[in-house]
Amino acid sequence: MSTVSYQPALEPRESYINIAYTVKSWLFTLDHKRIAILYLIAITVFFFIGGVFATLIRLELMTPEGDLVSDDTYNKLFTLHGVVMIFFFLIPSIPATMGNFVLPLMLGARDLAFPRLNLLSWYIFMIGGTLSLTAAITGGVDTGWTFYTPYSSVFSNSRVVLTVLGVFVTGFSSILTGLNFVITIHTMRAPGLTWSRLPLFVWAMYATSVIMLLGTPVVAIAVALVGAERIFHLGIFNPALGGDPVLFQHLFWFYSHPAVYIMILPAMGVISEVVTCFSRKNIFGYAFIAASSLAIAFIGFLVWGHHMFVSTQSIYGGMIFSFLSYMVAIPSAIKVFNWTATLYKGSISFHAPMLYAGGFIGLFTMGGLTGLFLAALGVDVHVHHTYFIVAHFHYIMVGGAVMAYMAAIHYWWPKITGRLYTEWLARISAVIIFLGFNLTFFPQFLLGYLGMPRRYHVYPPEFQVLNVMSTAGASILAVGYVIPLIYLTWSLWHGKAAGPNPWKATGLEWQTPSPPPTNNFEEIPVVTGPPYQYHLEEVPFAPSKSEPGAPV
Amino acid sequence: MNSFRLFPERASTVSHQTDALYLFLCTVTALFSILIFVLIVYFAVKYRRRSAVPPPPVHTDLRLELAWTIIPLLIVLFIFFWGARVFFYIYRPPRDSLDVHVIGKQWMWKIQHPSGRREINELHVPIGQPVRLLIASQDAIHGFYIPAFRIKQDAIPGRFATIWFQADKVGEYHLFCHEYCGTQHSKMIGRVVVMDQQKYQDWLAGTPAEESPAESGAKLFRSLKCIECHAEKAPSMAALYGSKQRMADGAIMEADENYLRESILDSTTRVVAGYAPIMPSFRGQISEEQLMELIAYIKSLRDPASLKKTD
Amino acid sequence: MHQASPSLAHQFEDAAQQKEASILGMWAFLATELMFFGGALTAFVIYRSFYSVDFAEASREHMNIPLGTANTAILLCSSLTVAMGVHFAKHGERRKLILMLLATIGLAIAFLCVKATEYYLEYRHELVPGVNFRYPPPHDAQPERLTASPPHVELFFSFYFFLTGLHALHMIIGVGIFAFITFRAWRGRFTAEYYNPVEVSGLYWHFVDLVWIFLFPLLYLLH
Repeated sequence: MSTVSYQPALEPRESYINIAYTVKSWLFTLDHKRIAILYLIAITVFFFIGGVFATLIRLELMTPEGDLVSDDTYNKLFTLHGVVMIFFFLIPSIPATMGNFVLPLMLGARDLAFPRLNLLSWYIFMIGGTLSLTAAITGGVDTGWTFYTPYSSVFSNSRVVLTVLGVFVTGFSSILTGLNFVITIHTMRAPGLTWSRLPLFVWAMYATSVIMLLGTPVVAIAVALVGAERIFHLGIFNPALGGDPVLFQHLFWFYSHPAVYIMILPAMGVISEVVTCFSRKNIFGYAFIAASSLAIAFIGFLVWGHHMFVSTQSIYGGMIFSFLSYMVAIPSAIKVFNWTATLYKGSISFHAPMLYAGGFIGLFTMGGLTGLFLAALGVDVHVHHTYFIVAHFHYIMVGGAVMAYMAAIHYWWPKITGRLYTEWLARISAVIIFLGFNLTFFPQFLLGYLGMPRRYHVYPPEFQVLNVMSTAGASILAVGYVIPLIYLTWSLWHGKAAGPNPWKATGLEWQTPSPPPTNNFEEIPVVTGPPYQYHLEEVPFAPSKSEPGAPV
Repeated sequence: MNSFRLFPERASTVSHQTDALYLFLCTVTALFSILIFVLIVYFAVKYRRRSAVPPPPVHTDLRLELAWTIIPLLIVLFIFFWGARVFFYIYRPPRDSLDVHVIGKQWMWKIQHPSGRREINELHVPIGQPVRLLIASQDAIHGFYIPAFRIKQDAIPGRFATIWFQADKVGEYHLFCHEYCGTQHSKMIGRVVVMDQQKYQDWLAGTPAEESPAESGAKLFRSLKCIECHAEKAPSMAALYGSKQRMADGAIMEADENYLRESILDSTTRVVAGYAPIMPSFRGQISEEQLMELIAYIKSLRDPASLKKTD
Repeated sequence: MHQASPSLAHQFEDAAQQKEASILGMWAFLATELMFFGGALTAFVIYRSFYSVDFAEASREHMNIPLGTANTAILLCSSLTVAMGVHFAKHGERRKLILMLLATIGLAIAFLCVKATEYYLEYRHELVPGVNFRYPPPHDAQPERLTASPPHVELFFSFYFFLTGLHALHMIIGVGIFAFITFRAWRGRFTAEYYNPVEVSGLYWHFVDLVWIFLFPLLYLLH
């Protein structure tokens, strides 16, 4: 094991990190890699803020009475937990950090298509985040992250306008990132990198970006109308003035359902990269996985009404949404089977990224299968807005998306920082997170079927045992998340030098030094074959037509 | 009601159906989760890295891809149909249902039985009798949820919603508000008491006789001067409820509770064919409760023989 | 290594790639704008179907068709001037390009003036929700013919101001963009080989025009 001493890990070679050290060079950068770091720091902060809210919620729920915080405070806690985690952590997470950093490298490009828009996107994100945090600090918001009307537009006495303004502004950050990715993938692929040779992470980011582009504007309108209603006392969603509260739900969920695919598709892309690398094998069913990403993006726009089965939506409309919701489950199932089949006759190692990927496949399968319960109209009537839903989406978002995010961070950490992290600690953390997660959220399925509604500050005493189990799990989960924060930060100064390709992975991003130079590649590589060709001696890239020998 | 359990009580005819589908779903979930878990662990152990030599590529097999696409597809279609069947059962109340009025407001449930008896946060019902709830909200969206019956319905302000149940087990069960509605959302709870028929009749008779909603509605129909037009000039209330009405724009609408509500509150928005849009709107002048009473009265006129023009 | 042309951004390999990215980028952005206005328009259309009689009265009695028609004509002309500007840019005709850009800006400002006049008239007639909305308007000559439900008319006007206000905001941004483009053109920035910013600004402007082509009939003409 390495001794605890300063490792001069970086060769005296120029990289995107040491090319300039001033604050100005970071805040005015046009380099996608630096912007990715800016995002990484910001969303890590938001993750822990959201985590603090979650901690307070779970502490309160240890006892049936409301003895930790008041009703109003509790309502603000779960609202802010949702708003922060969804809009300021999950949606940007993999795209804005890993996507920003890795996508141009994977494509053999020198940057994204629109670097200035990329920087603008980060500033917009920070402005939106500041607005929402200001709302949190100056009174908070208590509408639930779903802002249902007329409570949010008429009855709530909290900082609704400021919060929806924050969400509205941040939406543009998402739109600009998506736009950048779509154009970059279309127009800036390296020579020889045809669509059918793209890594699956790129396919996943493409599908995600399309959703970001087409879905986000609709939620922007929905929350803008809520803001307008509150400020000008209009009747857009207020039934006393002729408005329709359910119309808000349609506008809101039209985006917010595809939004969950924004959160999970990049995660699925990461899993494809990690599973192939750590089994040393090509992916099983490349075309099926790529096509399933597009299918999920498309069908995902057609299922929003499954959030509204008991909202007086037409029962025939409900049937159509239920049917389509089952259709969107199939491409996800195809991915899970293909990833599992990739392990077959592989050569598997258990590095931290692979442990997280394994956790993802298992927990996403469980979470996804519980989606079948919710899509079943008759069962949803019972479990809608209970802890069953809370458990379902946390299985997918935390057991799925956050685990994949951890896999991505560990997988690409050497490339981003030029350092290796402490592998044994990382593996232990992965196991702690897996165990803590299940203890936290599995009891919530039982609570939900028993009938405990969500967003409840106090509850009947017979629900306490399961709630205490859930809180116990949360404490373990919290520890699991803090440990990587420590060893990853530590590795920045004391980690071993990573070299260009410590995992011996395929993919253009590994054909350049770690950390990469500002312009990514000395020479743009030329691609001559499909991805994940782990059985070949030489990777199917040539550095360029002019220079022999790849810098490995 | 308050004892620790891992699985909820079954107290309505819906509960058995929902639970059957739920248990099937649990089985499917368990089978596939275990399958994937076992495969991953088995492959991870059997194919763990032993040398640096990369394994040969495995090519995708179309038959396998089709198999694991089509088999899940068939399973989910089966679940879809089953779920839809239960859903239709939940949303098709039988004709001989007892009409109970429920109004949610921040932060309580106000309930009125057809006999007139009122309750707050409690619902007493007889066993073996279909009960149809007519649900409204006075302010924000609320949600009426009885876990033991496996039913819930959002209470949306500005419209009526309905749901029905038939309790089949005597006992006391939780009543929750499931739709977040502000400060005391989690305190907007109560209990549902299922009694046998005789006890229910005794309970109904237990308090001094109150006016039934239909009787209150009849009085309103006169005090609000509805009778002045609707005796002759305006559409008749006799046999109106449940009938099909042709509107001025040609559309055919069923005269259900929401139709009657709109006719009273937004009287000129949609008018019956052959009539002018001159009915005054009662928006702002009439509460949710009064609306329900008027509607109960109009429902009671389904039998034309009971229509009275005078007194 | 690509030649260091001043108009080639560092991330692109060549001018053709840059142009393709610019144009595709603007189309992608316009797709988001389509969803943005589309969401608001969908909400409006839904309410119109709920309250068709009341919305028809609001539109028929209170929308200023002459001014709306004038604005439609102005905007269509401005799309023409923009298209001609792009044409001149493609042929390297700098003076004519600048002329067309100035004409477009002038027409856009004319549109905004007409819209401001309409807003002022609506304010005078006490039809602005959240500010001074009263229905039937107190100084109306024949209030008896106005039988629509006041909350529904207010809903119509809420959408009218929201939609046209959003559209006007896009026009103001467009004026700013064209002012900047005109300045660049005057400085000789654009050649027959490089005029991407002119072309994508033109695309944006055509979209803003297209939105108005939908707003005008929906708000002014459907009764």
